[in-house]
Amino acid sequence: MNRQEVHQGRLKSPFHSCLEKLDSVNEWHQWSGYSSPNELYCSDTEYFAIRNSTGVFDLTPMTKYRITGPDALGYLNRLVPRDMAKVAPGRVAYTVWCDDNGQVIDDGTIFHLREGEYRLCSQQRHYDWLLESTAGFDVTIAHETEDVAALAVQGPTSFAILSRMGLDGLENLKYFGLAHFDFHGAELLVSRTGFTGDLGYELWIEPGKAEALWDALFDAGKLHGIRAIGTHALELARIEAGFLAAYEDFLPADETVRTGVSRSPLELGLGWLVDFKKPNFNGRRALAREKREGSTWRLVKLDIEGNKVAHASYIFPNSRASGDNIGFVTSAAWSPVCKKNVALGTVKAPHGKPGDTVWVEIYYQREMHWNRRMAKAVVVDKPFWAPARRSATPPGLY
Amino acid sequence: MKTYDAIVVGAGHNGLTNAAFLAKAGLDVVCVEKNDYIGGASVSRSLYKDWIYSNCSYVCSLLRPEIFRDLELHKHGLQITPFGGSVQFMQNGDYFGSYHDPEVAYREMARFSRKDADAYKRYSADTLRQCRFIRDFLLSTAPDPTSFRPKDILELMHIGGKFREMGENRMYETIRFWTMSVAEYLDEYFETDVIKTALSGSGIIGTALGIHSPGTAYVLLHHYMGEVDGNIGAWGFARGGMGSVARAIAGAFRTYGGELRTDAGVDRIIVRNGKVSGVALENGDEINGRIVVSAMDAKRTFLACMDKKDLPEKFHRRIRNFKTRGSSGKVNIALDGLPTFPALPEGSSLIHGDMHFIDSMERMERAYDDWKNGTWSKDPYVDALIPTLTDPTMAPPGKHFMSCFVQYCPHQIDGRRWTEEEKDAFGETVIDQIANYSPDFKDLVLHMEVRTPQDIEDEIGITEGNIFHGELTMDQLLFNRPVPGFAQYRAPVSGLYLCGSSTHPGGGVMAAPGANAAREILSDLRRPSTVPETFGDD
Repeated sequence: MNRQEVHQGRLKSPFHSCLEKLDSVNEWHQWSGYSSPNELYCSDTEYFAIRNSTGVFDLTPMTKYRITGPDALGYLNRLVPRDMAKVAPGRVAYTVWCDDNGQVIDDGTIFHLREGEYRLCSQQRHYDWLLESTAGFDVTIAHETEDVAALAVQGPTSFAILSRMGLDGLENLKYFGLAHFDFHGAELLVSRTGFTGDLGYELWIEPGKAEALWDALFDAGKLHGIRAIGTHALELARIEAGFLAAYEDFLPADETVRTGVSRSPLELGLGWLVDFKKPNFNGRRALAREKREGSTWRLVKLDIEGNKVAHASYIFPNSRASGDNIGFVTSAAWSPVCKKNVALGTVKAPHGKPGDTVWVEIYYQREMHWNRRMAKAVVVDKPFWAPARRSATPPGLY
Repeated sequence: MKTYDAIVVGAGHNGLTNAAFLAKAGLDVVCVEKNDYIGGASVSRSLYKDWIYSNCSYVCSLLRPEIFRDLELHKHGLQITPFGGSVQFMQNGDYFGSYHDPEVAYREMARFSRKDADAYKRYSADTLRQCRFIRDFLLSTAPDPTSFRPKDILELMHIGGKFREMGENRMYETIRFWTMSVAEYLDEYFETDVIKTALSGSGIIGTALGIHSPGTAYVLLHHYMGEVDGNIGAWGFARGGMGSVARAIAGAFRTYGGELRTDAGVDRIIVRNGKVSGVALENGDEINGRIVVSAMDAKRTFLACMDKKDLPEKFHRRIRNFKTRGSSGKVNIALDGLPTFPALPEGSSLIHGDMHFIDSMERMERAYDDWKNGTWSKDPYVDALIPTLTDPTMAPPGKHFMSCFVQYCPHQIDGRRWTEEEKDAFGETVIDQIANYSPDFKDLVLHMEVRTPQDIEDEIGITEGNIFHGELTMDQLLFNRPVPGFAQYRAPVSGLYLCGSSTHPGGGVMAAPGANAAREILSDLRRPSTVPETFGDD
């Protein structure tokens, strides 16, 4: 018997051949077992494609589950703090899900594909948690990461490109809506979602049609500045948009070892997702107590003076950095589109209210030598980048 | 006649570690060993041509890095090379492998159950949390909860603080964990029999308990709390075999001016006027010493080498009842070449790690049934490794040494000594089980060393051949090890100390008991400690 061992290296997504053709720098990393590009030619150019024309990102490795069955809605309402009854077929909801202690296991999006049929997308794998949570519900959870190829098509010209590709009626698709189209005899799902905070869509199709979809998309995009992009460009865009990344801005609670390193949705600025009117959902009791008694941590968006990026900086209540720090930066970047020095961080309450001033301790290297600077930062309420075109319906052609 | 500052009895890794730290403090130390070689159960010997066996212990993870660093063991020839992976051969011709790369490991687990593959990270986090709780206390003396001495109270407060820090839910989990069976613990995460079987082995190694016996979850932890270079749970090979560990510590001991005497078995620990004064050797010689430190197990120390009259009655009774049931055997094999395992694809990395030939929890428990019935497991849990795939020094090029740890194997058969025929049959049981999965295996066997717990007792001196010098159950751990009130390395006779695996934190090639005992001895002698502080685990 000479059975094959499970694949020992990195998996290739159905779009891998398309990416490889455009790749000139050979910079890849591993994402959920798949090869995923850091960049394909120049991450600066790729970033500006997102903000100026259209960037295309292969998000096939994202974890996807299909949730069906008579109790699908009841199940999801038990699973997540958000009221899923308000999410009609054809709509997508961003949400988190929590353990019994009200600590965030992960965030992700739930697509209401058709009446009673859902798709849950997340960074991490949660089959164990999702299955354990089915107790008492007539519901089926199917893992479909490998069965669905997916592309993010993000940027101001994304609507123009998809229209040119022949997706008639796309102009009516609202922000966080989804629609089904036919593509070469297969069902093409298009959702007006993304991780860039800009006008953009995500396309979902069976893997066998992936390359044809890519070709059609890039053909249509030729005159609209379409470019494939890697993770570096996307990461910059998501920080500007103020979106959280698992393992950077929070840790999946079920994987934490030390006490006090996980976060609740209230501590991540996601209180708007928690619907206490629902009688029962995972973590409700703990979250209700936290709401009553106050949170330990608070997620902050920081607008920092100067131009030195505050990677992993400690946050202090004063410029002297005397006494204990009140938290630290979890994601930081110079925002090219805002021309701002921005960061996401976590600070101990009651620090970090919108409008508060805090100080970040920045270490930066110049010609081998390290320098330190205390920089003033203002806590802001809104995403750093949230242009009106993101949600305008019908979207412009730009 | 010369009087030594300290006589350390037994040149195993703990005796040598203790002796090294005492000598480092400037004491005049002699370490006596009954065999003509050192190492005790941390030993590599050449019994067949150019092959070197790790005769007893065979892999290294628990050895405290603080001790390695402080004694500069790298200068004395010790190198630990980590290995990854393991394989569980299955009766249906399939196998379950565990891989070093987390994504490959995930894919392999998902081949059996995607749910289990996802549950593994939860299992790892929960187990690591328990590890972190215990690891902090390895290089410290277990506090006595009844003493009210400031040192004990401070240490108890430290433990209490770490416990409280876990938060309510995790405190409950911890209390449950310490008394659970490994089977129950694994049931909380996994559904696949072979995956649970693969993980359950660590819960019974060296232990006269079955996978369903309460307390075996802790034993799993004991095998998970080690590290190689900060990778908690990783295991490695000592280059040249496990004897390299003892040789390196002995090298450090000699550097500090210590004296090592082999062929010097202790017949009796001499007590005069309620205080130890030295040891009488089996050859009739006597050695005078101001203190005596026994690295022998507690039973051998107090029951075989001391006069009962010198010990408190209750202490004596408790030592007598200290559980040292032998349950593990060893078969060391010289191989003419690398055996093939047709279930595995050619070139698979899985043979570089632990190989197991048992695939169900049912079989694991049945293996224990045989032991309870007074005989060896007819279908045992074998932990087989081929160190020569990693270590080029233990066999000629192209030839191999295979180390087979076998659970369960009783100290005696039906309460009497093993016969030669039974020993051969035990060895054949192991060979047969492996040959079921490797058709060319038997033809490659050039030589084998079969060791029952009886042999380990006869040769190394460990009572009943219990590899941990006493079972690792809650009633025999921390301030209860070996017996309540005497867990801080001091015996009830002035000047007598214990430093072997019968003391906190227990067995395995950890060297922590030897080091902890040295710290207590130096404190009694009002000398500065030479024993390093724990690296901590924050």
